[in-house]
Amino acid sequence: MTTPLLSVENLSVSFDTPKGVVEAVRGISFEVGQERLGIVGESGSGKSQTGRAILGLTPGRVSADRIEFDGIDLRNAPARTMRNIRGRRISMIMQDPRYSLNPVMTVGWQIAEAYRVHTNANRREAKQRALEMLVTVRIREPEKVYGLYPHQVSGGMGQRVMIAMMLIPGPDLIIADEPTSALDVTVQLQVLAILDDMVRDRGMGLIFISHDLHLVSSFCDRILVMYGGQIMEVLDTGAMHRAEHPYTKGLLNCLPDLARRQETLPVLERDADWLLSRDGAP
Amino acid sequence: MAPNAGGVKTSSDAAEQDALPVPPSPVLARVAAIAKHASSILLTFIGLTAITFIIGRVMPADPVLAIVGDRASQDVYDAVRLQLGLDKPLIQQYLIYLSNIAQGDFGTSIMTTRPVLDDIIRFFPATLELATIATIFGVLLGIPMGVLAAVNQGRLIDHIIRIIGLFGYSVPIFWLGLVALLVFYAGLGWLPGPGRIEVYYDGIVETRSGIILLDSALQGEWEIFRNALAHLVLPAAMLATFALAYIARMTRSFMLDQLNQEYILTARVKGLSEGAVIWKHAFRNVLVQLITIIGLTYASLLEGSVLTETIFAWPGIGQYITTSLFNADMNAVIGGTVVVGFCFVGINVLSDILYRIVDPRAHD
Amino acid sequence: MTNPPATSAPGLKEWLLSDTPQSAAQARCQRLYLAWLSFAANPIAMLGLAIIVVLVVMAAAAPLLTGGDGTEQTLSNRLQPPSGAHWFGTDELGRDIYDRIVWGARITLYIVGLVGIIVVPVGLFVGTVAGYVGGWVDIILMRVTDIFLAFPRLILALAFVAVLGPGLENAVLAIALTTWSPFARIARAETLTIRNAEHILAAKVQGASTARIILHHVTPLCLSSVIVRLTLDMAGIILTAAGLGFLGLGAQPPLPEWGAMISTGRQYMLDQWWLATIPGIAILTVSMGFNLLGDGLRDVLDPRSGGSS
Repeated sequence: MTTPLLSVENLSVSFDTPKGVVEAVRGISFEVGQERLGIVGESGSGKSQTGRAILGLTPGRVSADRIEFDGIDLRNAPARTMRNIRGRRISMIMQDPRYSLNPVMTVGWQIAEAYRVHTNANRREAKQRALEMLVTVRIREPEKVYGLYPHQVSGGMGQRVMIAMMLIPGPDLIIADEPTSALDVTVQLQVLAILDDMVRDRGMGLIFISHDLHLVSSFCDRILVMYGGQIMEVLDTGAMHRAEHPYTKGLLNCLPDLARRQETLPVLERDADWLLSRDGAP
Repeated sequence: MAPNAGGVKTSSDAAEQDALPVPPSPVLARVAAIAKHASSILLTFIGLTAITFIIGRVMPADPVLAIVGDRASQDVYDAVRLQLGLDKPLIQQYLIYLSNIAQGDFGTSIMTTRPVLDDIIRFFPATLELATIATIFGVLLGIPMGVLAAVNQGRLIDHIIRIIGLFGYSVPIFWLGLVALLVFYAGLGWLPGPGRIEVYYDGIVETRSGIILLDSALQGEWEIFRNALAHLVLPAAMLATFALAYIARMTRSFMLDQLNQEYILTARVKGLSEGAVIWKHAFRNVLVQLITIIGLTYASLLEGSVLTETIFAWPGIGQYITTSLFNADMNAVIGGTVVVGFCFVGINVLSDILYRIVDPRAHD
Repeated sequence: MTNPPATSAPGLKEWLLSDTPQSAAQARCQRLYLAWLSFAANPIAMLGLAIIVVLVVMAAAAPLLTGGDGTEQTLSNRLQPPSGAHWFGTDELGRDIYDRIVWGARITLYIVGLVGIIVVPVGLFVGTVAGYVGGWVDIILMRVTDIFLAFPRLILALAFVAVLGPGLENAVLAIALTTWSPFARIARAETLTIRNAEHILAAKVQGASTARIILHHVTPLCLSSVIVRLTLDMAGIILTAAGLGFLGLGAQPPLPEWGAMISTGRQYMLDQWWLATIPGIAILTVSMGFNLLGDGLRDVLDPRSGGSS
């Protein structure tokens, strides 16, 4: 691991709901360098809120001892600083292009906009860059796709557009929040391959958030396993078999294995005792 | 499946219902969609005429008397009776009525002794002027208010705007008009009283469009323009109260909806400013929905001007209908109703078309 | 809707909040109670409810609250400004305006109630039948509904009154004729979503007739959205009725209808402002009350549709 790009210490995110305060993330700490960090957990484990909290885009209340990106303290950064970081330095790929693209603007325009926000490029230059970017994400007829609206493109193409849009300003760190979960199985691998190439070619850091431990372990260098808003275990992907935590083991075992005969798949074990109680309360 | 299994009888149904197996050519589908749309509009227009026919010809005990008034001579009575075809079956009477309307013949008004259509053409521009200015007010104020409320959801400004909106929804406009006249005309003297223009300016400007603001401006009569504008302020403001309330409320609710969408998060992740997120991204989507609402508002102001016109002695179609009503001038009432109804439907059709043009999702 | 009596409060409250209702009736009471709790937490909605309650009390207790029936003339006492003896002053015939406002509450409630009684069953009938039966019946019924929906309301009401003749009942009829169509639309939309629900199919399998299914299984499920819509429409109904009254087409003199009161007060506007101002405030308050109540009800019954959270 190289020098950390982002360090997070004791990050918590909580929400006020009619039923009281819900803690989505409870005091987690980690560092990311120019590497691929996977964050794995089931829905509600706080993994998505972690990603959004880094960008300052969660509606919940955030507290942390440290959120530092490239020497910049993101905790109380002024809105202007945050805007310069978002997209330009840290970017995020969202789950479902059907919802994450603006339905009344052409996809090309949305990509070009991402470029123009952070540069002084005029419309023509931005369009040129966007077209190049479409080629990079392996879209065959970029001129044609540029003028399409989100409802006119397929899920896989939409997600490639999303990748193009989020990578066009050349960020240092990219957060991919379940980037393939909404796609057909056949398209998932294509999109992952594109993401893989781009992260490698550009030497970016990647935080890959997913519920799919196997996918993440094939894709990332290190994995954080989250449960109930806390980190259960940190693993190097080379050493998955050395996973110790029962939750991680449970996640690993709940897929059928062709080599091993199993009558029933084990039910995922959950235990409130795993959650470290802070300030006395679970 | 045998090629002729479906038979001729069901082929048209099949074309409409299962478009999946053999997609029809896009041009044909387009034409079919337009035809379906056009036929439903046509049906609505025919329905409108059917209702007015029932009101004007079937419901009155003696429709002829309702049209000619009780002072008409027997000759006139008989002539009208023959003209309406009252001796013929009802359906035939309706067809006569329909063909008359199609030719722009709404009969003659007892009150003005002119063809009803001529009257309507004379009175309509005043209403159009009033409703248009009021809608513009409502749009220019209502949209920013709605956006402001949505962006500050739950804060003081949201509550204030909500209460203003509720007031506009709940206030009887004719009463508000009276109070406004009392305050701004009688009390403070800031604005002129009822009417469209001061009497001594009457007839100076040559009537071209019938819209005084337009006519006077085109002819360079700026003094008259100012006077007409001053007269317009109060009635337009009264009508705009409702427009503003409705538009602000709908804008707020659409905006809240859009701000919760995922693409807003995308826009923020890209590093856009809050202003760009709201006005470029969210508002573009809101505007698409607002087109229908603005159309509805405009249409309802055209008819809602009835009471306002009464208060402000505004010589528009609403006042024409109510005055005719009190003079038992049935042709004028029905004619006015049909025309306002047609405009109402027409504006809604137009806004629907505009919506289809603006929303990319409606193109295919 | 009242709070549970204090004496039995603990037991009743427990019964209402129990996680395991013992009967369908208890479950229904629980739902109502929870809805009431969330409604009561909304101060704006409660204000609306309070206004409507005051209106109802005023209408019911009019004889107790006033000295007469609001039509006694005392010509020697005409056009008196508001004072201790006449809170809202007197009108051009020396009638006490406070009395007339209180008695006018009856007329307002009468109009609103009667329109509701006509419109809800008609709308429910047309909507549920169209939605449940489908096919040609649906197409024809909805065509007719759309035509009424497309028609400008006030103008249509005017034209109706023009033919039927002015008067309270005719005004109600005219308003009802122009108000029912949205209810049919709503009822149809609700019916379509539940038409193929399991319990409807179960009733069908058991051999229930179409009429029975519509009446006993479909209609009750459409009621809540129809009631919300009715509450929100009440303000519009009141304003239309007042407008007709103002034009002299609604309630006829000497009935103390608020819109008609504004109309007579108009002539005295410049010197005796209270004649027209007071009834206007009454109309504004009541229609605002219904709007507030409707907003609150909608927030409770349909949390998706915005409102301050």
